[in-house]
Amino acid sequence: MHRTGELFGQYRTLEQQKETASLGMWIFLVQEILFFGGIFLAYTINRHSYPTAFGIAGNMLSLPLGAANTVVLIASSFTMAMSVWSAQTSRKALVTISLIATLLLGGVFLGVKVKEYKDKFDHHLIPGHGFDITYCSRNPAACHLEGKELSNEVEEIESGIKAEGGETALNAHAQLYFSLYFGMTGLHALHMIIGAGLLLWLILESRKGRYDANYNTPVENVGLYWHFVDIVWIFLFPLLYLINRHLV
Amino acid sequence: MQSQLPLYPESASNFAPDVDGLMLFIVAVCIFFAVAISVAVVYFFFRYKRKNADDIGVPIHGDMRLEITWIVLPFFLLMAMFGWGAVIYVDYRHTPADTLDVYVIGKQWMWKLEQPNGRREINELHVPVNRNVRLVMASEDVIHDFAVPAFRVKMDVVPGHYNSMWFRPTKTGRYHFFCSQYCGTSHAIMGGWVTVMEPDEYAAWLAGTSGTSDPVALGAKLYNDLACGTCHTPDGKGRGPSYNGVYGSKVKLADGSTVVADDAYIRESILQPNAKIVAGFQPVMPSFQGLVSEDQILALTAYIKAQKDQPVPGKPAAGEPATGKK
Amino acid sequence: MSGTQTSTGGEFKLPREHYLNATYGIRSWLLTTDHKRIALLYLASVTFFFFVGGIFATLIRIHLLTPAGYLVTPETYNKLFTMHGVAMIFFFLIPSIPAVLGNFLIPIMVGAKDLAFPKINLLSWYIYLVGGSFVLYSFATGGLDTGWTFYTPLSSIYSNSAVTPAVIGIFINGFSSILTGLNFLVTVHTMRAPGMTWFRLPLFVWAHYATSLIMILGTPVIAITLLLAGLERMFHFGFFNPAYGGDPILFQHLFWFYSHPAVYIMILPAMGVISEIIPTFVRKPIFGYSFIAASSIGIAVIGFIVWAHHMFLTGEATYAAIAFSFLSYLVAIPSAVKVFNWTSTLYKGSISWDTPMLYALGFIGLFTIGGLTGLFLACLGLDIHLHDTYFVIAHFHYIMVGGAVMGYVGGLHFWWPKITGRLYPEFLARAAAIILFVGFNLTFFPQFILGGLGMPRRYHNYPPEFQVLNVMSTAGASILAIGYLLPMIYLTWSMRYGKIAGPNPWPSTGLEWKTDSPPLTENFHETPVVDWEPYDFVHRPDLGLSGAKAPGKLAPAHGDD
Repeated sequence: MHRTGELFGQYRTLEQQKETASLGMWIFLVQEILFFGGIFLAYTINRHSYPTAFGIAGNMLSLPLGAANTVVLIASSFTMAMSVWSAQTSRKALVTISLIATLLLGGVFLGVKVKEYKDKFDHHLIPGHGFDITYCSRNPAACHLEGKELSNEVEEIESGIKAEGGETALNAHAQLYFSLYFGMTGLHALHMIIGAGLLLWLILESRKGRYDANYNTPVENVGLYWHFVDIVWIFLFPLLYLINRHLV
Repeated sequence: MQSQLPLYPESASNFAPDVDGLMLFIVAVCIFFAVAISVAVVYFFFRYKRKNADDIGVPIHGDMRLEITWIVLPFFLLMAMFGWGAVIYVDYRHTPADTLDVYVIGKQWMWKLEQPNGRREINELHVPVNRNVRLVMASEDVIHDFAVPAFRVKMDVVPGHYNSMWFRPTKTGRYHFFCSQYCGTSHAIMGGWVTVMEPDEYAAWLAGTSGTSDPVALGAKLYNDLACGTCHTPDGKGRGPSYNGVYGSKVKLADGSTVVADDAYIRESILQPNAKIVAGFQPVMPSFQGLVSEDQILALTAYIKAQKDQPVPGKPAAGEPATGKK
Repeated sequence: MSGTQTSTGGEFKLPREHYLNATYGIRSWLLTTDHKRIALLYLASVTFFFFVGGIFATLIRIHLLTPAGYLVTPETYNKLFTMHGVAMIFFFLIPSIPAVLGNFLIPIMVGAKDLAFPKINLLSWYIYLVGGSFVLYSFATGGLDTGWTFYTPLSSIYSNSAVTPAVIGIFINGFSSILTGLNFLVTVHTMRAPGMTWFRLPLFVWAHYATSLIMILGTPVIAITLLLAGLERMFHFGFFNPAYGGDPILFQHLFWFYSHPAVYIMILPAMGVISEIIPTFVRKPIFGYSFIAASSIGIAVIGFIVWAHHMFLTGEATYAAIAFSFLSYLVAIPSAVKVFNWTSTLYKGSISWDTPMLYALGFIGLFTIGGLTGLFLACLGLDIHLHDTYFVIAHFHYIMVGGAVMGYVGGLHFWWPKITGRLYPEFLARAAAIILFVGFNLTFFPQFILGGLGMPRRYHNYPPEFQVLNVMSTAGASILAIGYLLPMIYLTWSMRYGKIAGPNPWPSTGLEWKTDSPPLTENFHETPVVDWEPYDFVHRPDLGLSGAKAPGKLAPAHGDD
């Protein structure tokens, strides 16, 4: 294992080594944009084709949980930036603390995501044979729906069946929405998990005092990655939760 | 050209002469360049063969004039090919009005074809010579492709879409047609023969219909069975628009745009009724997705098409609310 | 300089220490981060997949001897051509030149000790192996019968074969490609030796730079597309399924957005190889250096906006078809510029008839035919007739086999002395090159005519009037097979028994020829400083050729252009 700031064999200077690492990271992120691009395109086209079903399906997501997660992620971006800044200014203790904070916030995000997925499972919104967009309006108790919320939901589903021309069609198109929802947020969550692994590694390294003003490329690069993953969520949240939203 | 070693397919449709002319042009251009480059390469190869082991070549680094020449000159040739090809393509895609419509359904691994009078065939297609024929094609499962090399026509048949193509056979005879888009195990046997007949023979063949159902009659029966008439009353006063004379006409939609009521429109209106709402009506029709087969949609379309010589009562004038409202 | 490798009376000795004997043992290979060793690991693995794909190809050609096709059942035949395509495209052609020759040469050519990220380089080989294992698993457990294009809904719903592991394998393998491209891009940007300016880079490096752009921008799209198709198959997601309101045409758009540029991943590196071979064996600077370099980038960029020319018959809008046809014609121009410049380089050269040069000439001929027949398919009016016929098969084999594989085999011969330190038997090698050229044309030229006649691709049986041409094609394939087996045999033989090559046997002008053969693990004894222009034989007295002038006065960068 190399020591802090050591020059690897294939480089001539430390500057070259640093430049190489960050260029590599940026190119990797360009690649990531294209990777997410394919599924965003699929979303855009289908949203355009089936606006009603997508609106109804989007209303099934929990706005409070989604909004909370957005706040959590933005906070984690802030702590990540803190850790980069403290590494660059050689505040070694603060590096570790901010990294731990980032990891914790990332964990909170994933926890909330698990809760959301579980709700979708309980509400029969997992694509496949059991998928039923009308489940909640028919079994309000299972979804903890009552009063105004329930009547809104029932009305919503009824209007959807009418607009889409039948329950079969509404179900099919809503299922398409949830396929995309799980595809997109699942892919994002996978990136978060990888990011959490990277953070864990950084925390272990930074506790040894590795990162300071002379050498902080790993912190910087993981920071870039973490910000990128946050930005993806900043697009996912309005696309999935907010467009056409009228029920809370 | 029925030799052991045919080199080019027969020309049996209106497209064949155009396509073959273009083919000849591109072949000529390609042979010119291929020969020119090969001759140059081979000539240089012998002319400048190394004499002594330590010889070097004359250091020539490039020539701007040459570079410009071989960028600009090919560009014009390429644009000629592109333009010519595009003109022919537009012709392929521009279906004339007076076509004989044959409905084609592809499924793993057979073709079901249906003549306008309802005569059905499997893996056989009979058409009259010198008559514009349009194939309206749908797939029941995967993507297929209907290809007739002698006619130089080919079109994918995509599930969830209606694709159509047209041609005018110019020579009687029997020609192969193939499924050209790989569709699974028996893809290679999913083909058959197109028989081009003299018009009177075709009429006789068509009249020899026995045991086949008339699609208009079948459509009329479905119209009753599915209770379409509850809403789509012929007088246009029902909850849905009348389809008297609607086929081929321009329909004004609720969002202000207009569409031509063609096969694809009617199919969509049955399967996704609310994709296009006729001006003055409410989106109340249920979808028939899964309730009617592609065959039955064709029959319904044929029925709707047959109702064309009656005027459409109560057809709203532009900008006025429809009488059939509510 | 050539360091420890000395010539004694015309006979060379292998250097005392080089990358092959630096360390021993299986661990030293499996855990190596030396780009040269990783290149050899790739060489072994892509050769394996070439064999696998080649066996499928042989069975296909034998099966097609008779119209009724007695050898295998339709199910088996469909699996054969699918697995042939998957093995050859994803696991042989795409990694072949970049991962073997590119990996070995790019760091040396730019004067670096290694790629920018050696560990990532090793990682990408392991990713390739994991992806390859999934695909082999799919081949072994029921095979794959969707066609290499994986068109939905056939692949996502209707096929009964082992689609899921294959899709996972290709998805994983994509990251191998992405990481290789990333490594190359960063290396070219940051690892160049002093004096190695952008316009002194060998054209091989320019070609790989363009290739890497495609790998990075295209591969993630195919990865996500196949992932979506896999999810649809496994979990009934409905992205491409009309029954759920999805659209199978969307799959084709996403698929071709990568898979058309992927053709350029295969051909651009081969063009780079040819651009190295020709000046060496003609002993003069390449004609129009900057035009060849720029055309690589041009091909990569325009190559990204032509994908829908694979979909002219899906019912796409007429205007979209016209636009894509226009763009497809534009991409012909940079390819033509390369061919014209290579041909002009021969003018007033001092041409030797060594084996790599024979491959280069073969490449020019075959690539020209492949490229010109592309003009038929880009043409809207003709594509309708030729689409999905054997014309397409012949066209892309001329590009991928006649172009990419000829470039790969030619490049292997050209750099074999550098890789192994030894020469191959020249007579056998020339014979093999000629056999390959003849066999290739016999195999694939008849298929152009078959396509013109309308014989559809992927047919396990066919109407009897097509038989004569099919028999000709199969006969050619048997010659082609000999052409491939020969080099495999004598190249293997030469690793141990070949004549010692010396540092610069041809001689050639690139940096890779200024170090030992085989090179040190660190590539150079000391960091090289580049003070000469590319492909300049005149100001290079160190090459020992007549007509060379003293160094110091440099030739203009690239003539008067």
